[in-house]
Amino acid sequence: MSDIKKIKDGYIDKLNTENNVDKVNNIKSELFGKNGIISNEFKKLGSFSVEERKKLASDLNNIKDELQNKISIKIQEIETKEINLKLEKEKIDVTLPERDIEIGKIHPVSQVIDEISSIFSEIGFSVEEGPDVENEYNNFTALNTPDNHPARDMHDTFYLDNNKELLLRTHTSPVQVRTMLKGKPPFKIIAPGRTYRSDSDQTHAPMFHQVEGLHIDKNVNMGHLKGCLNYFIKEFFEIDKIKMRFRPSHFPFTEPSAEVDIGYEIKNGKIVIGEGDKWLEILGCGMVHPNVLKNVKVNPSKYQGYAFGIGIDRLGMLKYGINDLRAFFETDYRWLSHFGFDPLDVPTNYRGLSR
Amino acid sequence: MKFTVDWLKNHLDTKFNNNQIIDKLTNIGLEVESFESSISELDNFIVAKIINTKTHPNADRLKLCDVDIGSNKTIKVVCGAPNAKNGLLTVYAPPGSIIPKNQMKLSVSKIRGVISYGMLCSESELLLSNESDGLIELKNFKYANKIGEKYFKNTSEKVIDLSITPNRPDCLGVRGIARDLSAAGAGKLIFNKKSNLKYRGNQNINVSIKKEKVQGCTTFGSCLIKGVTNKESPKWLKDKINSLGQKPISAIVDITNYVMFDLNRPLHAYDADKIDNEIIVRSSFKGERFEALDNKKYFLENDMCVISDRSGVLGLGGIIGGVRSGTEYSTKNILLESAYFLPRSIRTTSKQLNIDTDAKFRFERGIDPLSIEEGLIKASELIKQICGGEISNLDVKKIENFKKTIINFDPFLFEKTTGFNIENKKLIKILEKLGFNVSKNKKILKLVVPSWRPDITQSIDIVEEIVRIKGYEHINTSEPVKTRLKPTLNYYQKLFHFLQRSVASKGYLETVTWSFTDSKINQLFKENDEEIPIVNPISSDLNVLRNSIFPNLIFYLKKNLDRGIKDISLFEIGPAFKGKNPGDQLTVISALRAGKVSRLSWNDKERIVDIFDVKKDVIQSLCEAGIDKDDIIIDDKTPSYYHPGKSGGVYQNKNEKNALAYFGEIHPNIIKKLDIKTEGLVIFEICLDYIKKSKQKIKDSKSEYKFSDFQKSERDFAFIINKNFKSQELVNIIKSVDNKLIKLVRVFDVFEGENIPEGKKSIAVNVTIQSEEKTLNENDLDNINKLIISSVESRSGAKIRS
Repeated sequence: MSDIKKIKDGYIDKLNTENNVDKVNNIKSELFGKNGIISNEFKKLGSFSVEERKKLASDLNNIKDELQNKISIKIQEIETKEINLKLEKEKIDVTLPERDIEIGKIHPVSQVIDEISSIFSEIGFSVEEGPDVENEYNNFTALNTPDNHPARDMHDTFYLDNNKELLLRTHTSPVQVRTMLKGKPPFKIIAPGRTYRSDSDQTHAPMFHQVEGLHIDKNVNMGHLKGCLNYFIKEFFEIDKIKMRFRPSHFPFTEPSAEVDIGYEIKNGKIVIGEGDKWLEILGCGMVHPNVLKNVKVNPSKYQGYAFGIGIDRLGMLKYGINDLRAFFETDYRWLSHFGFDPLDVPTNYRGLSR
Repeated sequence: MKFTVDWLKNHLDTKFNNNQIIDKLTNIGLEVESFESSISELDNFIVAKIINTKTHPNADRLKLCDVDIGSNKTIKVVCGAPNAKNGLLTVYAPPGSIIPKNQMKLSVSKIRGVISYGMLCSESELLLSNESDGLIELKNFKYANKIGEKYFKNTSEKVIDLSITPNRPDCLGVRGIARDLSAAGAGKLIFNKKSNLKYRGNQNINVSIKKEKVQGCTTFGSCLIKGVTNKESPKWLKDKINSLGQKPISAIVDITNYVMFDLNRPLHAYDADKIDNEIIVRSSFKGERFEALDNKKYFLENDMCVISDRSGVLGLGGIIGGVRSGTEYSTKNILLESAYFLPRSIRTTSKQLNIDTDAKFRFERGIDPLSIEEGLIKASELIKQICGGEISNLDVKKIENFKKTIINFDPFLFEKTTGFNIENKKLIKILEKLGFNVSKNKKILKLVVPSWRPDITQSIDIVEEIVRIKGYEHINTSEPVKTRLKPTLNYYQKLFHFLQRSVASKGYLETVTWSFTDSKINQLFKENDEEIPIVNPISSDLNVLRNSIFPNLIFYLKKNLDRGIKDISLFEIGPAFKGKNPGDQLTVISALRAGKVSRLSWNDKERIVDIFDVKKDVIQSLCEAGIDKDDIIIDDKTPSYYHPGKSGGVYQNKNEKNALAYFGEIHPNIIKKLDIKTEGLVIFEICLDYIKKSKQKIKDSKSEYKFSDFQKSERDFAFIINKNFKSQELVNIIKSVDNKLIKLVRVFDVFEGENIPEGKKSIAVNVTIQSEEKTLNENDLDNINKLIISSVESRSGAKIRS
């Protein structure tokens, strides 16, 4: 028996240093094959007495387990090593560039329109639209700006015919007229869109964007106007406090009329909205003139309400630090890429207006 | 409207300081544009420091100085002064400045071949002393931290510049502004002393206002002033005229201007000796002409209101006087005119002749018709005081009496409109201070509107007056009411948003371009649409409304290619115009891709963008916007600006008139004509208006969820078929063999050439077959295969490739 133990120790040593799966398998058959050393030892057991056999068999089983165990561990060990070696060889440079990413962008004007729509949607406004080409009546006359009214001089109008009947709308206010003519009060709408004036220099573009607002009901007063705009400006600039000033002004289609200024200051060369002692004019508004209501078949003794008009491009410039209005419309690929917004960045209330 | 605080104080007794006045003006709707000293020519001269000098390369006596002029700016000045040295603080005059000594205007100039930006000054050049030998040397302790600041202190009185809205002609005169301020509690309006002017004799130049179809003048007041000595205005008057930003001319002209700005009462002074017999106010005839005081000759049309004498036109009433009867220093006798002209007449005439004057600006907005005498008296007094002379009785001819406006005002309208309440007593006080005559009839106020307020015609105007003077800060800020009347966006507005962001997510940059374009490019894309010219375009290359967005997109594509950008994906969503009437427009997405895919990639083969890139973008975008891919039909009929063989149209239904989208290459002729230099260019467009609104929302139109767990089989087929046979047809034929069993048909190879007969092509398809009821056995599959082959062969003329 002690011989077997010696043989076992010899094989254990051999297995410890072996690194080849085939050789380990050879050892396995040397030990456990048909005429293997261990197999033969078991065969010999029959010649011993019952007492002896019991003891020997138990010893032999232990030896067998130990060796088999060792062999299977060894095979696993070698295989793992080989796999690792193979994987090591397959290693690639993962810092090589990925396939081209094609990043599209949404134009700042579109993004700002969506922001504005989102804010007004929260307080129940719906979006209306009107055509870019308007007739003289909707753009001026219906809005209490008859021909020969000096206020017409403030709008440098593009005309499509010599009788000045057809024109490119100079503001989004004709959408008020269209909306009220085709429906019945109450009205609660905003109307963003393109507007045109034949004026072109560093701060004026022949085309720009406005959003019109209109809320007509039985008891809508100037307090509601102030509240609505106060809410809008705070939401839009995403600040808690805003210094806002309502100042009397004049538009033919509203009475009383107001212009709204917001406070700002220049900090480190950047404009900061909300604080400061400087004022920036950002919109015009007022109570819809009874003459306008009459023109669109709404009874001014029953219904009243407010309207406002905001320059979209300018709001975008202020919020996103864009200095040059003309650049909005010049399609410089680099500019669009720089100031554009990710298409997944849809302004919403719950996710936040801007990122 | 410009004026000084001093001038205002002629009309307003106030304890307010300048800043309080400025704030008050803005708060009552008279917007202050600026409050600054009038610009002085001396403002240009600034403190500067020489930081480096070296000898002029071409002249030993001259020096080349680097000069620090503040705001981090350093400029180069050539200078001959011996004392120009490093560190010297002196006075710098930039180009454009006028040197006080010789009144020379500086410009950027080359001195012996070196450019000098402005100059450094000596004391004598600035008229400070006779010292002309060297530059003025400023003391370090006083000026070291003033580099860039003005050297001369501007001592002129500060001028308030108001932007007056068109409804407030009364505030185009200082007194009107004072009246508004007094109503708002900023002081007391000073009433003019009763004039004790003595009149001698009658105004003996006959004045007649002719009866006309449309007479633009309703009242013509005048007086004669005899024996005047016209001269330069006294200093106080010159200062006033200067503060308006105007140049003094002569006492008589300056006085009429002064009264205009003081009382908003335009006047005109004629040299009475140059008037031929009489004054006739009449309508002009076409072809009449006269030379106006702006030294331009005007040819008149019919029906313009003119002031004339027996010899012809003297001036355009209320707009501009003529040279023939103008006053000069030698003028001895004056006819002074104070009249009322109708705004409409003034506006029509000045528009036709393109004249803008201070008088025109005022008459157009509406002058106080009851200020005729007051204007004559005030001006006559000043003329007598400054130029001497005797004043005749006032002569006022009228063809119409002024009717006062009366408004019955219910004070409740104020609260209803503004949302806050004001005591009746306070409300009445405001109105009275503004010049209204107020009487009470129970709850209603009877208001007589002052003659200088033509803008006030109805009750709502009264509300504005009260709230404006009371102050908008009294209006409450009510919480917004969140009630919603209807959904924020309608179907097409939602589609707009989806498609806009969907296209952008395919790698396109959104742009916004003008709605107008160059007719020369537009005509390549306009198809059968009418051209829509703009009567008064901003420039000749933006002269028509765009019939398509592509003219602009391609114009800017070229600009970006010129910038060296090679791979470009651009799109715009916006209007394309189909006619000149309101509503003749479609909402369209136009997009383009230029350049290559996988340019300079280390692992993929680079290739030029092709039609199937844009086909994918357009189909995917439509699907994302909610259109079912199975409903999409592709056709090859496209507009003429597309490559006739490499373009397609997308339809939702067979036999539909308008495609909802097109995609493909641009016609090579257009590429050539527009000289577009890019490796590849493909485009697509989607017309949102042609997308049919689905009857149901997507959430309601989803079919029942069904799937099959039985084994599916795939079979490949290759057909030889006519070259022009559309693969879409082939796929449809195969699907129609058994719509239930055939789940998917994929085209995986198209081949022409070797071993394929001329005019034919080989198409290979992979067909997925799966039953929802059982596992198909070989027999079932064989039957289907045979059906597929026979159907395709009989319906398309194809042959199975063996």
